[in-house]
Amino acid sequence: MATQHSRAAARMMISPAVILLLLWMLVPLGLTLYFSFLRFNLIMPTGNEMVLGLFGQGLRMPGPEDLTGWDNFYWFVTDPSFQAAIFNTLKLVGGVLLITVVGGIFLALLLDQPMWGQGIVRIFMIAPFFVMPTVSGLVWKNMFMNPVNGVFGHIADALGMEPYDFFSQSPLLSIIWIVSWQWLPFATLILLTALQSLDQEQLEAAEMDGASWWSRFWFIMLPHLARAITVVILIQTIFLLSIFAEILVTTNGGPGVATTNLTYLIYVSSLLQYDVGMGSAGGVIAIILANIVAIFLMRMIGKNLDA
Amino acid sequence: MGRITLDKVSKSFGEVEVIPPLDLTIEEGEFVVFVGPSGCGKSTLLRLIAGLEDVSGGQIRIDGKDATLTPPARRGLAMVFQSYALYPHMSVRKNIAFPLRMAGQDKAEQNRRVEQAAAVLNLTDYLDRRPGQLSGGQRQRVAIGRAIVREPAAFLFDEPLSNLDAALRVGMRLEISELHKRLDTTMIYVTHDQIEAMTMADKIVVLHAGVIEQVGSPLDLYRAPRNLFVAGFIGSPKMNLIPGAQAGRPDAATIGVRPEHIAVSTESGQWAGTVGVSEHLGSDTFFHVTCDGIAEPVTVRVGGEVDLHYGDRVFLSPDPKQIHRFDQAGDRIA
Repeated sequence: MATQHSRAAARMMISPAVILLLLWMLVPLGLTLYFSFLRFNLIMPTGNEMVLGLFGQGLRMPGPEDLTGWDNFYWFVTDPSFQAAIFNTLKLVGGVLLITVVGGIFLALLLDQPMWGQGIVRIFMIAPFFVMPTVSGLVWKNMFMNPVNGVFGHIADALGMEPYDFFSQSPLLSIIWIVSWQWLPFATLILLTALQSLDQEQLEAAEMDGASWWSRFWFIMLPHLARAITVVILIQTIFLLSIFAEILVTTNGGPGVATTNLTYLIYVSSLLQYDVGMGSAGGVIAIILANIVAIFLMRMIGKNLDA
Repeated sequence: MGRITLDKVSKSFGEVEVIPPLDLTIEEGEFVVFVGPSGCGKSTLLRLIAGLEDVSGGQIRIDGKDATLTPPARRGLAMVFQSYALYPHMSVRKNIAFPLRMAGQDKAEQNRRVEQAAAVLNLTDYLDRRPGQLSGGQRQRVAIGRAIVREPAAFLFDEPLSNLDAALRVGMRLEISELHKRLDTTMIYVTHDQIEAMTMADKIVVLHAGVIEQVGSPLDLYRAPRNLFVAGFIGSPKMNLIPGAQAGRPDAATIGVRPEHIAVSTESGQWAGTVGVSEHLGSDTFFHVTCDGIAEPVTVRVGGEVDLHYGDRVFLSPDPKQIHRFDQAGDRIA
């Protein structure tokens, strides 16, 4: 029986775990926020004089320095690559979602058909999901899309055409394709299970009612899949906003800023330009954007789950 | 419209023959019930008629035309499923209008016919609700509404009442019977419940392991079951089936007496026995009597309330005119 006493005790008991989790989340967040208002450059220090030894010689050490107000945010947002990064992020997320959802529905419909070797085919389908992002990025870059050594280059050669240099001619599209390849199994699996939960009698009733295959898909299957599709979109968006490894190992954000997304831009600021303060400001902006997307999706999902 | 003929129709799933070749004619406007224990092939037979399963052999004719290879939508039949199979994301109005919409009818005509069907089925107040917001009986009516608007040649019902509770089932049974009288359309109804079969049917088809055991009106089956299976299946409580030797009737391998055709007396009778469990329903009382020399307990129905209790000695006398005799193979001896 939960008395006042035992409830207080219970709260005491779980508090270490709760506090640990809170710290786990709040300390990095707080530090990022703190750094984002700091002038914090790793190679061009301005202050922080340290007195070294007997000679009293001043040496400037890199590290956190004075508060600079909103400067970091101002410079991050007015950087010309910021706008490009935002659009690239949106295109990347949108493109991958489009390919995985449409492709996932198509593959789920195919895999739902009774066929020989169904189990093995389904396992093969999941395989890309188990390949690490860096590995799949490199495999696609070197073994498929490379104009000299890649399979596509060889095919173009064999057909007497000029090989297509994917990463310089359509860099963002190539990355969208690689990421889609990785996420297609996830979408397919979730949509397949949803499709299998559809009551067969509904489809038979629609068939008796004179619905063609296309009508049955449009009026019965697709509405039934709506919930699963929103789940796929929500979960994938969370992960796709932070795509990084595929870009790092293939294009390094280039050519120019053609494949720089927000995550990559933050990496560039902090670790290539050595400006930790500005990188942190970018991180805070990314958090805010991600939360806006999350609120949107939550409301969308909430509406869908009500029905 | 609505005469269905099955000519040597058979169905196999791989090696397994579910329905051996079978002939059956369903007359126009008839209410036919397929009844049998689960797994007897009655639903499969209905699905063959609907076109949801392909026949393995034989011919299905609807109104004289060969429909064996016609796709389900063009057979002019409407089906009501056990799970109702309503479209959960559509309102009741859209559910009922779905077949019309698929047939490409214009909006005004769709609405007119939906309203008409809703009026017949008392659904007018629920047209804008979703199936999830309706009770079981209302969902059942929506499913029937979706069948009615198509003005089909025949209705097919696949155990439509088995998901409803007992009280609702009795009500819906009446509604479907009334609907049949009003629409005067052929109806084929599948059930495992012999009471539904007896109360609703013009003609009952008793199926057992894919084979038609007997076809006839409910009272024909009750009065003259053709074999032991039909005798045991039709009637509630079940007919008492007693080996002829034990019952003192050497002229039959088995005799059958319905519980309502046995008289009970405390003084004298043909069989002496001890009262076992008794079920008092008020209007009737059922006794399970263990008779001397008869292995199985004999069920007896007595009208009204009877003051007999566990362990009492009684005497049973079957009505000699109501004794059914069956031979060694289980067939009726006329």
